[in-house]
Amino acid sequence: MAYSRAKRGVRKVGVMMVEMNMIQSLNSALDNMLESDDNVLIFGEDVGYFGGVFRVTDGLQEKYGKKRVFDSPLSEGGIAAIAFGMGLNGLRPVMEIQFADYIFPAYDQIVNEMAKLRHRSGGEFSTPVTIRTPAGGGIKGGHHHSQSPESQFTHTPGIKVLYCSNPYNAKGLLISAIECNDPVVFFEPKRCYRGPFYGDPHNVPTWKGHQYSDVPEEHYTVPIGQANLVMEGDECTVIAWGAMVHVAEQGIRDSGISCDLIDLQSLVPWDREAVVNSVKKTGRCVIVHEAPKTSGFGAEMSASIQERCFYHLENPIERVTGWDTPFPHSTEWDYLPSPDRISEAIKRTQED
Amino acid sequence: MSEGQQDERTDGFTVPEAPCRPGERSNFEPWDYHPEDLKKPNPNTCTFEDTIEHASGLVRVLDDEGVASGEWDPKLSAEDLRLGLEHMCRLRIFDDRMMKMQRTGKLSFYMRSLGEEAIAIAQTMALEEQDWLFPTYRQPGCQFVRGRSMVSMINHCIGNVEDNVKGRQMPVHYTYRDGHYISVSSPVGTQFPQAVGVAMASAYKGDDQVTITWIGDGASAEGDYHYAVNFASVFKPPVILCVVNNQWAISTHRNFASGIENFAARGIPYGIPSFRVDGNDFLALYSITKWARERAASGMGATHIEILTYRTGAHSSSDDPSRYRPADDHEYWPGGDPIERLKTHLISIGEWSEEQHLDLEQKLDEEVVAAYKEAVTHGDLANGPWPPASTIFTEVYEEIPWHIQEQREELGK
Repeated sequence: MAYSRAKRGVRKVGVMMVEMNMIQSLNSALDNMLESDDNVLIFGEDVGYFGGVFRVTDGLQEKYGKKRVFDSPLSEGGIAAIAFGMGLNGLRPVMEIQFADYIFPAYDQIVNEMAKLRHRSGGEFSTPVTIRTPAGGGIKGGHHHSQSPESQFTHTPGIKVLYCSNPYNAKGLLISAIECNDPVVFFEPKRCYRGPFYGDPHNVPTWKGHQYSDVPEEHYTVPIGQANLVMEGDECTVIAWGAMVHVAEQGIRDSGISCDLIDLQSLVPWDREAVVNSVKKTGRCVIVHEAPKTSGFGAEMSASIQERCFYHLENPIERVTGWDTPFPHSTEWDYLPSPDRISEAIKRTQED
Repeated sequence: MSEGQQDERTDGFTVPEAPCRPGERSNFEPWDYHPEDLKKPNPNTCTFEDTIEHASGLVRVLDDEGVASGEWDPKLSAEDLRLGLEHMCRLRIFDDRMMKMQRTGKLSFYMRSLGEEAIAIAQTMALEEQDWLFPTYRQPGCQFVRGRSMVSMINHCIGNVEDNVKGRQMPVHYTYRDGHYISVSSPVGTQFPQAVGVAMASAYKGDDQVTITWIGDGASAEGDYHYAVNFASVFKPPVILCVVNNQWAISTHRNFASGIENFAARGIPYGIPSFRVDGNDFLALYSITKWARERAASGMGATHIEILTYRTGAHSSSDDPSRYRPADDHEYWPGGDPIERLKTHLISIGEWSEEQHLDLEQKLDEEVVAAYKEAVTHGDLANGPWPPASTIFTEVYEEIPWHIQEQREELGK
């Protein structure tokens, strides 16, 4: 399940590995796909001439022209609808929703339309849309630039839900999403675009030297449905996705307890086998996500884990999540799961 | 004075009222629109400004006596006219039979096109075979023009083992890929902006395909309508955007969908040539669609059309319109009946007769009965056989993921 550094080392002679941040690796994925497949089109608010408010599509319009990479009206419902129509008519649209908080005008088009087209048409039609959207907190964005609405989509059959966390899986998963014949919602943790985030707003490193910042310039994929084992240990299983992978890593270090850290990467479908095998090994489990607790994807995982690992669990499964409140502005560090909260949760799982 | 202006004011805001209710006399204003009123602009150069009169007037070819005239007369051959009449009659007789079957429990639900038959038939006939049709549930008639077998349509409506969508959708929510007829969706309005995307893709690929889509007056209040018109205004793809103003969205009168009476004119401020057309005039519908197709194919972009008609029947088999409008309201509609009007025209030019018409109806009735009998040999909704339960789990994704596979095994079928 892991794309460990060693495994990533197995590659063709001559493949150029370049150190990239997540913006660059996402840009590289889009560049590869635009180059290799004329049916790939990119559009969304500010993605064209300007190259996106986070710069992910920088330079792509200049390189591929205005009919491949273009700006759209400020109309998320319209963006999703035309993506639906293009996908149905043979293209492979990659649409951007500028912030995941603004995806809701498109919700009907995603949940009632894209998600059901293949099924409702008896397989006569399908639409392979990729919806890229920056999500999550940590940028002082208040409640409308910080939400992480993945569970609003994991509850909908017919779409796949991915959440990258580092430059390497960002590129590989995005290529998998674009090549996938099902609609995919692809969350990008905006806090991690330029560096991993360990939960300390006063110490924000870049991706330089990180184990997952070496990225092939060429096409490669990270398979949908596979988790990545980021750290290996035997006393607790910590599961996270997006920016929380790095915060969890810090929490594990602070706890001093030997943990498996599983980066889920793919939420629908998710890698239950990897999770269950780890929890059976450790007997303890902490699930971390920044979205609110109630009906968060952690609830689904927790239920599934107890179904499969009940007799292996030494203690209740812990969830460390955002609160069941709107996301705050000034006090966001008290909202987001912190290394301290994660560390404390890991310790609680060790109690007799 | 329009109806909207007659509404009673309350303290600070107005709640519109339907023009007449059960027990009242219908009060449609008589039409003063004539086939000679409106010129036919050049589709290859026309701007929205050239259509301001067309958006407030009414494109007609057939007058009240069934005489065709004016610049919009498409001058169809008698053969094409008879084919149009035949398809419209086919649809009406098919609808009647299906509605009876619904009343006897053979179908869960049904929706007729009664009084609106000309729309799907004339417009599809005016298009090319490769063009995309993105319908609502009120344009199933397109499929007859595109050659779908009636048996296949009934198989869908009764959800039997031969239903091409495998018992997953309510009746009338057809899918017919071979006819470029895109799957009907219940959330009204979503197809309108999707069609803009379909058209953009055709243009991007360089395919000689135009996309037509329809939306009701009621659903034109959805954001989707405005997304579509705006995206069509901005990107100018080869799309024909039709608002079927049949006056009613279940019990909601069209004066709740817009504060103005005219739906066509809403395209003008978007910069799109906009027309209002007599929706019960087969020839006018054919002609305007041909015009819009020519414009789209020449790279001039979208056309916005209000199709003025009346929903003669109930919204669906679950609806009883006599609860909210006069039961005989449709008899007073100034546009009359689309089948009667084309029939009168054909008879007046010596290309049809009452006897031929009766023979046609007889033939079509037999065709529908035979199709129904054949369809039920594959099962019906009440008694089965239905598609296997495993079809619940397939085609949710291209491949079945593990969690759905487990649930399929849990069901054990």
